[in-house]
Formats: sequence, C-alpha cells, structure tokens
Amino acid sequence: MPEVLSLSNNVPLFLASMLVKILAVFVVVILIVAYATWVERKVIGHMQTRLGPMQTGWHGLLQPIADGLKLFFKEDIIPTEATKVPFVLAPMMILVPAFITIAVVPFGPDVTLFGYTIPLQISDLNVGILYILAMAGLGVYGIVLAGWSSNNKYSLLGGIRSSAQMVSYELAAGLSIIAIFMLSQTLSLRGIVEAQTGPHPLFSFLPNWYILSQPLAFGLFVIGSLAEINRTPFDLPEAETELVSGFCTEYSSMKYALFFMAEYANMVVISAIAATLFLGGWAGPFFGPINLLIKVFAFMFFFIWIRATWPRVRYDQLMYLGWKVFLPLALANIVVTGIVVLGMQ
Amino acid sequence: MELLFFYLVALVAVVSGILVVTCKSPVNSAISLVMTFVCLATFYVMLQAPFMAAIQIMVYAGAIIVLIIFVIMLLNLGTAVMKKTSHSIAGAALLGVIMLLQATYVLNRSAVTGTQGDITPDLVTTMGHTELIGRSLFTDFLLPFEIASILLLVAIIGAVVLAKKDV
Repeated sequence: MPEVLSLSNNVPLFLASMLVKILAVFVVVILIVAYATWVERKVIGHMQTRLGPMQTGWHGLLQPIADGLKLFFKEDIIPTEATKVPFVLAPMMILVPAFITIAVVPFGPDVTLFGYTIPLQISDLNVGILYILAMAGLGVYGIVLAGWSSNNKYSLLGGIRSSAQMVSYELAAGLSIIAIFMLSQTLSLRGIVEAQTGPHPLFSFLPNWYILSQPLAFGLFVIGSLAEINRTPFDLPEAETELVSGFCTEYSSMKYALFFMAEYANMVVISAIAATLFLGGWAGPFFGPINLLIKVFAFMFFFIWIRATWPRVRYDQLMYLGWKVFLPLALANIVVTGIVVLGMQ
Repeated sequence: MELLFFYLVALVAVVSGILVVTCKSPVNSAISLVMTFVCLATFYVMLQAPFMAAIQIMVYAGAIIVLIIFVIMLLNLGTAVMKKTSHSIAGAALLGVIMLLQATYVLNRSAVTGTQGDITPDLVTTMGHTELIGRSLFTDFLLPFEIASILLLVAIIGAVVLAKKDV
C-alpha cells in the first residue's frame, strides 16, 4: 500500500496535484454552469412545445458564449445613490461560498500515481458537513447586501425575503443531514461515501445508499436546498412579476452575470452534495468522476423540470412550510433515527 | 511557513477589527466583523480544532451577524453621527490599558504552570476533536449543557411572546 501524498513526503508533487485537482474541478463546474443555462432554456422550451435557442450554433449550442460576451461588454452601471463598497462586494460574496463548497466533495476513488496514493477530493475535512452548512450560511450575505446597497425598495424587499427564506430553510436542510451522520458516524464526506458502499443491510440486491434508509431526510434536504438557493418554486426573492427581479434589479453587466453564475453554481453544488450524501457519491458502474457527473446532471435536470412545471408558492405558504412542516419533520426524523440506531447496536 | 500564515491571518484580523470601530456605515462595520470571525475560524483550524472553526462561522458569521445586518437594514441606520468627547476617549484609553495589563498578567501567571488534563494532542488526532467535544458535552457537562438549552428555549418563547400581537 503506497503512502498517501501529503505536504510532508513530497512537497512539489503535492502542490502540483492540488493545483491540477482544483483547476479541474473549477473548470468542470464553470462549464456545467455555462451549459446549464443552455440546457435550462432548451428543456423548458421543449416542455412548453417551443424549440428554445436555435440561432447561435447548432441548436443554439453557442448561446452561453454569446450571452457571456454580451454581458461582458455591457455598460457597468453603479447607481449614484447606492452604497458603493457593499454594492461591488455583494456579487462576489454570493459566488465565492458557492465555489469553495465544492472543495469537500469527493469525486472518485484513490488513484496511485508516482508511487503515492492521491485521493480524488480537494480537501478531506473531518468536519466536511459542518463546512458545507457554514458556507451555506455565508451565502446569505451576498443577497442581503445586494438588496440593501442598491438603495431601491424592490431590491430591499427581495433581500429581506430571501434572507428570511434562507435562514428558515437552512435549519430544515441542516437538521435533515444530521440523520445521515448519525448513521455514518462521521462528518467527513469521504467517510460518508465509504459508509454507503456494499449492499443494503435489509435488501441485499439494493446498494446501501442513504436515500433508501433516509428517504424523508432526502426529500427534506432536496426541497430545503431548493428553497435555500432560491430556485422555483421558492424563487420569491427574485419574483419578476412583483419585485422586478428583487435583489438584482439594479445590477447590470458582469455583476449581474455573477449573480446568474452563482445561482447555477449553487445548483451544481447542491446536486453534488445530495449525490454524495444520499446516492453513494462517486460509486457506480463507471470511473468515479463520471458516476458523480451523471448523478449531478440527473439532479440538475430534476431542478429544471420543477421550474417548468411548478408555480411559485406564496410567501406565507413558504414560511408555513419551512417552520411548521419541514422543521418538525426533520426533528422527528432525527428522533426516530436515533431510536433505530440505538436499537440496532 | 505556518508562522508566516499566522501573521498574515492575524494582520487581516487586526485590520478588520480596527475597521469594525472606524467604519462610518454600520453595514461596513458588520462586514468587517464577519471578516474578523472568519480569521478567528482560521486560527481554530490551525489549532487542530476544525469543529470549533465550523461552528464559529455557522453561529457567528452565519446567524448572529445576519441578524445584526437585518436590524441595520430594517431600521435604515445611515451614517451615524460621531460624538467624540475627550472624556470618552480618555476613559476608553484607560480601560484599554487596564485590560491589556490584566491580560498580560493572567497569561504570564497560568500558562506556565503546566497543568495537563486528560486530553493530549495525540488523543485529539487519533480520536478526533469532534468526538471528544461531543462525548464530554453529553457526559461530564450534561447538566450545564441542558441548562444552556433551557435558557435558549426561554429566549425563543420570549421572542414569540414579544412578536405576537395578542397573547
């Protein structure tokens, strides 16, 4: 068994491998983000019996590049009445937590290279899940500051709505994950993927994925995360019809593009985390990263599908759902899981 | 290497700490405070306490400062009128010096006594810092833990009562 590559046994190789891993993950996420916008328009188009973008390239395949260029060359307007520093900081504060969360997601088995074992994961934190929750908490700032600093009442309303929504659903999504690490007995995402290998304890023809032993937690996590990243049907903060895009009303050019990228980056991150926690991570018939990508794409398609079919919920329904349905369900799930885990020991 | 990193993070922590008190707009102060908390979390990671780091960011940066920003936003506090009187500056300086002396005194007195508990660095690396905290919270410190929970519950009920129009 070759030793694990670390900073103590081969510094240049370690740094090189880290750089390659970070670059690869970053590029893949950026590519998915760019093409998710195209897929979203195409899928929703076909679901509504339209064609979606067709003009730029074959079936509109160059559309994301055209959109990116357009936004890049647009005039960057900062309203005179805006508070400058938070106004400029806000788009970055929303994008950065989305991207750095992906660092703890394992995307493949260990590979052996130059006589060292290299884990296919940027960083194996032993508090991986808490790190994800912490970064999700930081995501609120971008939206709140964008809403406040624009000095526009629609933006402020959007910002307040979204922070209330994110804080409420963060609780339900976070509590639903607790049941997972009660089963896996570890907070490290790598450990959770390892705990899901092998057949299911009751039905041996099924894999031991936590979606089978924790279906309620899975549902709560997916719906809670959808609400946390402000996707339909929980996209009240940017409700076009009543708030004229909410917190990003005053943004233009690349700053607006950053909000857009953050939304899709968050979708990728949530999909990757849901796949890791509930669907066995990189486990599957193909090579690790490909399995994970398939699962991520499946989730992304599901989120787009929801957007095409589901109407937006009302604000009071949203709060009711978060505090009076999801939170008690998540707490009950923890208690039941605790009893079952104790009973099995 | 690690020392250099420490000084870098410490510099950011101190600078953002100074910004918290010198910024004119309360929102900028709040953002600087978040930055200070993130630096503190980095120190926890360097001290092999990743659990503390994550909780620091979750609770302070993710919840408490969001609440503070909420209040600032809803009350629409603009640039505060600075009232600087010579009395308050003198008083603050005096208090600062006293606290600095106290801190140096305490540090010099207790850090070198060499008393050691059951938790050794080896135990932290083999068993894990999170497990150790969890175990001692639910065994040795169960009563204080429960009392803290009840205190928080009381606070929640208080908030509900205050927010309700007719009780």
